[in-house]
This record gives sequence, C-alpha cells and structure tokens, in this order.
Amino acid sequence: MTDNNHDIEQPDDRVPKRVVGTPSPAASTTLLGAKETARTAEAPGVNLQDEKTAKKGEKIAALCFTITLLSGIAFIASYVAFQVGDVESTEISNLALGASLTLALLSLASGLVVWVRMIMPKYKLVQERHLMASDGETRSYVGETFLQGAAESGITKRPLLRRTLLAAAAPLGLAPLVLLRDLGPSYSDFPEKLRHTVWGEKTKDGKNRRLVVEGTGAPIRAADFNSPGGILSVVPEGYEHDLNALAKAVLILIKFRPEELKSGTNLNWTHDGIVAYSKICTHVGCPAALYEQSTHHILCPCHQSTFDAADGAKVVFGPAARPLPQLPITVDNEGYLVATGDFAVPVGPSFWERGDAEAEVREKGGHA
Amino acid sequence: MSHSDASGPADVPKAIAGPSSYLDDRLGAGNFLKRNLRKVFPDHWSFLLGEIALYSFIVLLLTGTFLTFFFKPSMEHVIYDGSYDGLKGVGMSAAYASALEISFDVRGGLLMRQMHHWAALLFVAGMMVHALRVFFTGAYRKPRELNWVIGVLMLTLALLEGLTGYSLPDDLLSGAGLRITEGVAISLPLVGTWITFFLFGGEYPGEDVISRFYSLHILLIPGILLALISAHMILMWVQKHTQMPGKGRTNNNVVGAPFYPAFMAKAGAYFMFTFGVIALLGTFGQINPIWLFGPYTPADISAGSQPDYYMGFLEGALRMMPAWEINIWGFTLPLSVLIPALVPMGIIMTGLALYPFVEQWVTGDRREHHVADRPRNNPHRTSIGVSAITFYGLLWILGANDEISWTFHISLNWTTYIGRVLIFVAPVVAYIVTYRLCLGLQRSDAAVIGHGVESGVIKRLPHGEYIEVHVPPSEDIEAHMRGKEAIPVIAGADTEPGGIPPKGLRGPIGKLKAKMSKAYGGEKIPLDDGHGHHAHGDGEHTAVGAGEDRSLTH
Repeated sequence: MTDNNHDIEQPDDRVPKRVVGTPSPAASTTLLGAKETARTAEAPGVNLQDEKTAKKGEKIAALCFTITLLSGIAFIASYVAFQVGDVESTEISNLALGASLTLALLSLASGLVVWVRMIMPKYKLVQERHLMASDGETRSYVGETFLQGAAESGITKRPLLRRTLLAAAAPLGLAPLVLLRDLGPSYSDFPEKLRHTVWGEKTKDGKNRRLVVEGTGAPIRAADFNSPGGILSVVPEGYEHDLNALAKAVLILIKFRPEELKSGTNLNWTHDGIVAYSKICTHVGCPAALYEQSTHHILCPCHQSTFDAADGAKVVFGPAARPLPQLPITVDNEGYLVATGDFAVPVGPSFWERGDAEAEVREKGGHA
Repeated sequence: MSHSDASGPADVPKAIAGPSSYLDDRLGAGNFLKRNLRKVFPDHWSFLLGEIALYSFIVLLLTGTFLTFFFKPSMEHVIYDGSYDGLKGVGMSAAYASALEISFDVRGGLLMRQMHHWAALLFVAGMMVHALRVFFTGAYRKPRELNWVIGVLMLTLALLEGLTGYSLPDDLLSGAGLRITEGVAISLPLVGTWITFFLFGGEYPGEDVISRFYSLHILLIPGILLALISAHMILMWVQKHTQMPGKGRTNNNVVGAPFYPAFMAKAGAYFMFTFGVIALLGTFGQINPIWLFGPYTPADISAGSQPDYYMGFLEGALRMMPAWEINIWGFTLPLSVLIPALVPMGIIMTGLALYPFVEQWVTGDRREHHVADRPRNNPHRTSIGVSAITFYGLLWILGANDEISWTFHISLNWTTYIGRVLIFVAPVVAYIVTYRLCLGLQRSDAAVIGHGVESGVIKRLPHGEYIEVHVPPSEDIEAHMRGKEAIPVIAGADTEPGGIPPKGLRGPIGKLKAKMSKAYGGEKIPLDDGHGHHAHGDGEHTAVGAGEDRSLTH
C-alpha cells in the first residue's frame, strides 16, 4: 500500500528516520548551534521558504496586521463619534462601522495568508490511513464484554426488572408530548372557526356591519363609489385593526357597469354593480391585491392565481382551485354599504375538513 | 505520580510550558496532541467550500446573540415612537418596533442585522456548494455515509432556521412568508388544521407565533445544528479528509500540510475572509430594508414578494402547479398546495440522504474510499447530480416568474406553461448531455494518456508529411488522471440471458438491480485501450501513435 510513496520525497538513507512532529535530530548535530534554526531544518515533505521571501512576507504581513490594528481603533472611534437616530446618521454610522470592520477583518485575513504562504514552509507530508474498522480481536473483546456486563447487570435473566423498567419509561416519555396540548387553543372545533368570519355577526346595536375602507376606516356610501372599474380594499367596521378578523374578512370591492357582470356573480349579493369578494386567495392565503381594470382580473401577487372578477371571481389561471368567495352586500338606510350576512363558504386556503362547501351550498339551492 | 517535572524540551517558553503542564497533568492532553498536532490535511480549492458554511455559522451565532439583546419577540400591539419618521405613530407589533429600533436606534444595530442576514444566505449557499462537491466527487462513500446524512439533516434544518428567522421582524414581507407557511401547513391532510392552530395558538395570525418561532430560531434549531456541526467535524477529523487523486496519493495515505501550524493558520485566515466578506456585504449591500415594508397586516401585500433564495424552489413549485384539488367524502385534498410543498423537497432531500446507500446497493461496493472521484469518471452519478440541479434550478427560477415576465416582456402565463413542460423535459436533457460530456472528457483523458499532449513542435517526416510531436503528460497530470478506477459491478450482474444469476439477482427486484449495476458500473472508456493503434482515424491527433510519440521525444 505504500507502493507509490517513493514518488514523494522520502527520507534519504543518510538522514536518520524520524517521526513527523518530533524534534529533528539535526538539533544535536547542527554546527550553527541556534536551536530555532534546527527546528526549521529542511525535512522530507517540508520545504523551507528562502530567507528573502520570508523577510518580504514578514514585512507584508506586519503591514496587514498594522492596518487591522488601525481599523480596529477606527471601529471603536466610529462607535463613539457617530450617533444614530435618523436615516442619515444611521447611514453614516453604518458605513463607518462596517467599513472599518471589513478592512480590519480582510486585512487580518490577508496578513495570515501571507504568513502561511511566504514564511511557513511548503508542506507535502504523508500520513498513513488505517481502516476505520477495529480488528477482529477488539471486536470480539467488546462483544464479550458487552454480554458479560449485561449478564452481570441481571437485565437479561430478570424479566420483571426489564419489563417494569420499560413500562415505567413509557408515561414519562409521553409526558412532554402531553404538555404540548396547551400550545393550541382550548377549543378543538378548529374547522368551525375557519367557516365563519366577522361579517356574519351583527353590530352591537343589531345592525348589519358596514364595509369601511382599509386604512382610513371610512364607511362607503354606494352613491359615492360610482366610477366603473373602481376598486377598494375593505375591512369590517369595528375590526379595522384586529388581525385575526382581517385574516379572513378583508374584501376587495369592485364597481362594475351592470352589463359587465356575468352569471358567475350572484347579482342578489351586489348593489348597483358593486361586488365584494374575499381578498384572501384560495390558494395559500395571500391577499389577492392586484386588479387589472380592462380584463377584470384579480391577481394574487404571491403565486399568480388569477380570478375573473366579472364572473364570480372564478379561477382563470394559476394554482388556486376555487373562486374567491363573494360576500352578500346591500346598503343601509343611510346609503352606506353593509354586509347582509357571512360568506356562504369558508374563505382562504383549503383545509382537510373543508370539503366541497360550494357544492353543498348549491345543493341547498344557494349560490356559492 | 507527577510528570510535570519531566515535561518537554527545556526551551519551551515558561508562559506556555506552565499552563500546558498544568493541563496535561489533569487532562492528559499531551497524548491527544502528540497524535494530532501534525495531522495532515490535503489541499484542494473545493475542500474550502464547507468551511464557508462553518464560518458563516459562527458569524450567525455572534451577530445573532447581539440581536437578541435588543429584539422583543412579542406580537403585542404598540404605537411606534422611534426615530424612523416614516412610521411614527403607526400601530405595529412590538417585534417589528424593536427590529426598527435595532436598525435606527442602536449603534451598529443595522450592521449586525444586515450581517446576520447576509451570513444566513452565505451559510446555506456554503452548505449547498459543499454538498455538491461531496456528491460529485463521491466523497460520501464508505466510511463517510453517516457524515453525509448528518450534512443533509443540517441542510434541512438550515432551511427551517432561515424560515423561522426571516419571519421574526414581522414586517409586511415576513408576514407574507408566514401566511404562505400557514396556507401550506393547513393543507396537510388529516392534521393540517391541528398543526396550524397549535403553531399559531389559535387562528392565524394570533399572538404567539413570533415568540414560538423565536425560541425555535435562537435556541432549539441552532442547538441541534451546533451538535450536528460538532459531530460533522469530529467525524471528518477521525476519518481524515478525502484527497483528490494525484502523485503519491493512495487510498491508504493522506498527503498535505500539517494541522499545526499551516492548516490552523489557513483556517484562521479563511474564517477572517468569510467574516470580512460578510461585513463588506453587511456594510454596502442593503438587505431586507424592513422599514420600507411597513408592519404586517393580513390584508396587504406588495407585488414582487419573494422569500430568501433558498426557499425559492418551493415558491417556484407552488407557482407552477396546476389547480388540482380533490374533494372526497367531505374531505379536501388540496393537491395544488400539497404536491409542490412536499414533493420537490422530498425528492431532493430524501434523494440526497439515500444516494450513498442506493449506490452501494447498485454497485455492491463495500470498500472504503478515501480518494475522491473526478466527476467525469462516474458519469451516471454526475448526470443524476446535474439532472437534480436542473430540476432544482428550474423550480428556483420559476419562483421569480413574475420578475422574468416583467424583465423580458414574456406573458406571465407562458412562463408558467413553459415551466410545467421544462420541469419534466429539462432534467432528462441535462442527464443525457452530462452523460455524453462525461464520456467525452474521459476520452480526452484517454487520449492524453495514450497519445500524450501536443508539444507545439512540428516535425516533417521523411516522406514529407508534417506532424505535431506529442509528449507524455507531466507526472502530476498523469497521476491525477490515473486516479480513475472502474466502478464496481455486482458479481453475476452480467449473467447471459438464460444463464442462472446468483441468488440476490433473481426475481424482479434482483433483475432490476443487475441491470442498474451493469449500466451504472464498469469502465466506459478505459484509459489505456490502445487508442494508438487506430490513431490514423483520430482527427487532430494525426499520424502519430502513442508508442511513436515517445520514441520521437526520448
């Protein structure tokens, strides 16, 4: 297995063999006397740098380390000198701290590399590898010892001990899992929660909930929302900042010319060409926030599911499998848009217990 | 009994001799150091790739610890009153407010945040290219299969670590990622709603997920990663690094530089380089400017939302999937989410983890391997690898199909339709092309060994023909090429039809195994197949065969 080793510099017969890593025997015979030199003697696989290169390397490395020293000081100085607190000053502080840190690190790295390449010897050392496996004798000894220990411990011939120990471990092992129960909410009818939104709840005084503009919270007078192609992002009154409610209840409100609406849209749930769809994409729940007026396409920017808003928000492209649910709306006696009830089907991404809610609604003679 | 009075050479400086004797008396560290101080590490540029990941991880720990001092993992609603004017008075979570505070009110905070993010990108990138190096050189072969599996585990955990990390600032972009995570989790059959409600402590988004992700991100996952990294390093140390084939390098030795002082200093330098480059990126490369995105609300999103690149392949898979959904007995299987979320990741990670074992099963090779393969010398493995890269790369690119569509003015729909076709076709094409390339490269090796290399010297033969004199390749190059070894084939795999194959190769699975073994293994292009004898038909190598070459030059 050492067939090829003679390709590499091997100890010459005139030089006594020595183990790599031990002091060179040359130390005792050197005429120069300096021990430092003796340790760095040329040896098999160790080619020293010539002194000129090493000297040059020392200078360059020292220069690098000095730059690191100065940059390190500059970093500390920058920390003290540059305050933060607004965008401009943060920019300056970031630049000063980052640049000095970068310079310090890169210069240190360069110095180390110069040290290795110009001062340290060039190495081509050889070490033997050995099979990872232990020899047969060791293996059988370990096997024997293992069996002996097992026998001495009594675990092999005392089944009562063994079985009760195993039985004892089971509940203790389960305990941490049981503890995780309260990670979830106390109720367990999760799917039910997913089927309802706050649009189904009347306001405190028993009225239909108003649609309000996201951001301003202003209610929407149907008569004012009158230019066809207009679009609004809408949230339920009273829940403007409730993220849990918004995650299911946010709407996209679009004004059509009545003749533009097709059969997919439930006209009874519209008001004067104004249609409200859930803004939560039925794919994985991103807000389907983009609208192309000329084609009436609602596009979800996450995975490009595209819905035809004029035709019941049916899917025309992309990975979403279901239309965006439509919300039944009308106006209250002051002319503001309100929801007359909840979505007929669950909004948002599909889940196991959802089933074909659209088909169920249709079976009951309703409109999904 | 004390050895301290009989310690090393008399001229070791006292400052070192004292503490070393103290430690050796108590730990016996001398024995370990005697064996390991001059441990030999082989050299090749590609062996440095994994180190990028290692050092990035250290930078992640350092910068991450700093960030924890200021970050508040809470979804409590607060009104922002920090120094970023653009968001003054805006309601947001305490997490987002504290992430803004780190950016604008803590000196060095923005730098640490940006370095942390860049280091995370580099960490995963380092792991990926390192894994590719190990794969294509067959460095995962026995005895290193377990270390390979540890590596695959670490890569998977790193993706999870990234996901939990970029969800923490609770800005609009991080929330979009969280929403998609929820949409995917809830699509799982049977357990989806349970998992989601338990993860979020109720309905999405709830008020728990940030603090839960936080403890996963800063404690649990990095703890496991740290343990796995240690195991990875220890195994590498014990098994010694593989080496590239070359002069004097055999399966039974390791040739290179000693740990102390050369490798140690090089590793230190490399750490500083990695650290320095991350600092450079953190300084000049703005990353995740959360203040521009605003606080998260499930009602809003910005177009062009993208995850960090290492999640891009999942994003692409989600975008490309047709809208399949099955409703059966009142239950829903959202295949348009399930398939892209689970299948590509499953194929890639499971494939990676199982590859060493499948290869062993196919080749029947149970020997230890310490000399790395050149990728061309195992053409099927290399083709499988390139095929997988193509599959992954396509998914990754399609994760930005909106950007592609925007930049190149291609219809968005067509980027998707083309992607749906390419995802099946491109890996096959990549396989075939790579296989051919590998054989071509093997042929060129055989030509170098057989004919020598062009010397640039033109010679006129007595009958007037001009030839270029070929000289034998240098010893180093020849040794590198001769590191090639035929890939083992299971004994009996080439039993003639009608013959009786050995026991393990009967039955349908056995027959498949024999077939695969024959295709995968063997010597496709032998290095010394006597090309010289038909050199006349060999194009550019003109009239001179190998034997003649040598006679001309010697």
